[in-house]
Amino acid sequence: MSATTQSPASNQPGAGKGTGNTPRDGRTGAPARTTELVSWKAGIGLGLLAILGTVLFGFLANTKSAGFRIAEARDPNASSAAAWITLAVALAAAAYVGYRWINQRREGAAVDRWIPATTIAAVVVLGLAALGVARVEKITVPSTALGWICSIVLLALAGYACFLTLQRRRTPGWLGGSFAVVFLVGFMIWIVAGGRDPEPSISLGGLMAGAVTLAVPLVFGSLSGVLCERAGVVNIAIEGQLLLGAFSAAVVATVTGNVYVGLISAAVAGALVSLVLAVVSIKYLVNQIIVGVVLNVLISGLTSFLFSTLLTADPEHLNKPGRLQAVDIPFLADIPIIGPILFHQSLVGYLMYVAVIVVYVGLFHTKWGLRVRAVGEHPQAADTVGINVNRTRFINVLMGGAIAGIGGSFFTLVSVDAFSKDMSGGRGYIALAAMIFGRWNPVGAFLAALLFGFADNLQSIITIIGSPVPSQFMAMLPYALTVIAVAGLVGRSRPPAADGIPYVKG
Amino acid sequence: MTLGWVYPLPCRHQRAGADPYTHRLVGVLKLELKGITKRFGSLVANDHIDLVVEPGQVHCLLGENGAGKSTLMNVLYGLYDPTEGEILVDDKPVVFKDPGEAMAAGIGMVHQHFMLIPVFTVAENVALGNETTKAGGLLNLEATREKIRRISDQYGFDVDPDAMVEDLPVGVQQRVEIIKALVRDAEVLILDEPTAVLTPQETDELLDIIRQLKRDGKSIVFISHKLREVKAISDTITVIRRGKVVGQADPTASPTELASAMVGRTVSLTLDKAPAKTGEVTFTVRNLTVTDHNGQHVVDDLSFDIAKGEVLAIAGVQGNGQTELTEAILGVQPHVAGSITLDGEELLGKSVKHVLGSGVGFVPEDRTLDGLVGTFTISENMILDLYDKAPFARGVGMKPGLIAENAAKKVEEFDVRTPSVSAAVGTLSGGNQQKVVLARELSRPLRLFIASQPTRGLDVGSIEFVHKRVIAERDHGTPVMIVSTELDEVMQLADRIAVLYRGRLVGIVPATTSRDVLGLMMAGVPAAEAEASASAHAHSGTTTAAVTEPAGHEGETHV
Repeated sequence: MSATTQSPASNQPGAGKGTGNTPRDGRTGAPARTTELVSWKAGIGLGLLAILGTVLFGFLANTKSAGFRIAEARDPNASSAAAWITLAVALAAAAYVGYRWINQRREGAAVDRWIPATTIAAVVVLGLAALGVARVEKITVPSTALGWICSIVLLALAGYACFLTLQRRRTPGWLGGSFAVVFLVGFMIWIVAGGRDPEPSISLGGLMAGAVTLAVPLVFGSLSGVLCERAGVVNIAIEGQLLLGAFSAAVVATVTGNVYVGLISAAVAGALVSLVLAVVSIKYLVNQIIVGVVLNVLISGLTSFLFSTLLTADPEHLNKPGRLQAVDIPFLADIPIIGPILFHQSLVGYLMYVAVIVVYVGLFHTKWGLRVRAVGEHPQAADTVGINVNRTRFINVLMGGAIAGIGGSFFTLVSVDAFSKDMSGGRGYIALAAMIFGRWNPVGAFLAALLFGFADNLQSIITIIGSPVPSQFMAMLPYALTVIAVAGLVGRSRPPAADGIPYVKG
Repeated sequence: MTLGWVYPLPCRHQRAGADPYTHRLVGVLKLELKGITKRFGSLVANDHIDLVVEPGQVHCLLGENGAGKSTLMNVLYGLYDPTEGEILVDDKPVVFKDPGEAMAAGIGMVHQHFMLIPVFTVAENVALGNETTKAGGLLNLEATREKIRRISDQYGFDVDPDAMVEDLPVGVQQRVEIIKALVRDAEVLILDEPTAVLTPQETDELLDIIRQLKRDGKSIVFISHKLREVKAISDTITVIRRGKVVGQADPTASPTELASAMVGRTVSLTLDKAPAKTGEVTFTVRNLTVTDHNGQHVVDDLSFDIAKGEVLAIAGVQGNGQTELTEAILGVQPHVAGSITLDGEELLGKSVKHVLGSGVGFVPEDRTLDGLVGTFTISENMILDLYDKAPFARGVGMKPGLIAENAAKKVEEFDVRTPSVSAAVGTLSGGNQQKVVLARELSRPLRLFIASQPTRGLDVGSIEFVHKRVIAERDHGTPVMIVSTELDEVMQLADRIAVLYRGRLVGIVPATTSRDVLGLMMAGVPAAEAEASASAHAHSGTTTAAVTEPAGHEGETHV
């Protein structure tokens, strides 16, 4: 579970990372008098998880072995060249970034924010490419032995965290990160080895690919949240925007016979939901959370009603939208393991990548983004430099709605090719959690959504292979992860200061 | 008024090509307000105000809190639409629909509460609304950094463009605000109560900056109610009272004249008080340390005593631990170490109810937030602390008759101006609200009285009243602790002054200590050193001489 604590957290400036030179109390400029209130949260939390891990992976370990299929033999002839090239590129990138990292540390300068994350990513790609080049197809491990090894490492890490706390030192970021990785490895081995087969195995590639796919609506939803909340409007209506997007994509695509028109109509539908939110909350100053919740209930009722009266009566002409097929990106899709996971997506999936990059660059590197963030932090200050606060908010909320609407089209144009009642199934709320977990940052939200997608997919795969844990418990996994993530294992995250507060001039 | 506004300055040339507003004739901007009236419903905030700001002048707007100075400037800056009247720039009428247009016309404003985004860097704050972009619409912060460095060098601001604003001291944040205006080529700079948050030394530095800006031909509108600064800096003074211009005054006018013009009647600026008759020490604080949620020591190892019948004033610039200190005594701060004893009883770790019950009267610094429940009636607010005690309570019920009677008596005694005791407290003026708080807190037999910012935002009349009650409580034999960021108030009320700086006690000095010494101490200089430095300063007679006045000249600019 503590896997949740890491990936988005490591996006943050100065979050652990061992760079150690982020001055934290510039506020008073009196570092000598600061005693850190070292909290026992890390030590106790890791300790409990380590004990849980030891009980599960060690004492309750299965005697069977656990198998992990690395790649599906999709096209055995194609991957060779791509694999070698990826290997070379990843090696070069890892070497270059690693060199910069070491160099900057040696010079005592602050390490650029992006370097540690990029280094880790390059190393991971390098490893995967190496597996691809070596044509490893399946790894089988004895679960008892590895379970015990993981348990011991976990206990050691937790012990070290407690030791640090006793020494009144902060638990460094890498410790939590390694703990999360080891816990995840131990958990996977334990749960796979508990499968029904005599030699249970799962496909890692399939697991990851499914995770990305399941994350698509979450990513769109959380981007919608980021856009709205960065401008200071709380968007609880993501759920409704997803649902109406799904509905309208299904109906319009069926009626026009064109899935692309359906896709556009989904964006329009999402924006319509946003329009109501914007008018009522920005112009008439009604509490944004209440409006959002009311919109969700309203849209759930409306789509259910239309579904049961119209769509079920004539599915042939109203609810048979057809599908957006997955498209391979030439060459990139041939990269072993990574290719099928990332570059075998539908149009909506590729739009997701584009959206994350556009929103990130837009928010943090353009004039527009600076103004949006100013409006979300201190609307009055923005007003005094001539920025129209409420117009900025209005436009952002509309854009957010359109993005969530596109996310909704995933349900009816990619995942299933028909609309059904309440098919968004609370993913709008999970998207909201992903946004908070990702600290209102598009990339953070993307990674958080991937994590929730992973939990979601893991739970369905485990249910299929059979597991020692009742499937109902496994079904809780994504939601339990959400609760833990949002409840603050992440540490302090700061929402935009004016988030949810209507702006009245004067 | 013609104080050398020398034109050929380097920055003026540099600015010329790069700026979109160059069509304006730089440096000669005459600003005129004619018959400006602003109404909010039935309230007339500004009533036909006429004002002329000549180029290169420092024009002071003097008036009490609530006189309508800020409203007037917000009208000028395009934040409010005037109900009537017009604004003339270089004799041409203009209408500013929003601050952007006012800025384009060359008007810049430094608000009392800074309009800076705490989580942005200096460069981002300065760029906001006036961004330079590269190809593809990407931000070009380097251009802004360059402008900041240039202005910073020219005026000696010493501002790092990449510093995060929330990490900067208030004085520097104010300079960032000034840079914001200068980057936009402001020719008229409105400073709204700029010294409210500054130490005396920072105030002197600000006044120097204003003189430099004036030398560069900028006009300054300086809004204040502090007579000392107004006298030191202004070329022209316009006095505003209840939304109307009551006249022009000369900077050479005496403080009493200015204060009387501001208030509308003769005021006494000195407080008559007998020397303190101190008794035994009953209240002691030992090694008090308060830690905030970030692990910072916001109050650091404080030790002091207060004797019966004396006023100890806690001086210091806002945010140096005063709030946390009073809250720690009251028992609402979570992480506190040390010891606080009243009549030998340890108060640390006790509940607020227990502390109040043992005879501590407390006037919080923000009466609307912590002192009163705005929507409750005066009667209800008068018994917020005694609601569950006899005679006001009977079992789970209350006695409304008795409560109203009590309120009527207190209203009479404390001269609260209200139509009825059943009026909501939120409808009263600040002064009357404060009287309600005082009436409640002083109605119990007290063994310690703490008042934080007792006169913040009050008019002169109410200030006199509050001060008299505080001294009366002292003469009654209660140990009194006053927390105030107004140096004049501190010097007027105190028998001894304790200066706080970053949560630490800089020193405890007698009330006769000079302003200069206190000012230095408020910046963290130990008492002995401050004394030496201040006397050296007085002998060398530097530029600050204009604002320094002899010690013991009490209660002058307090209004």
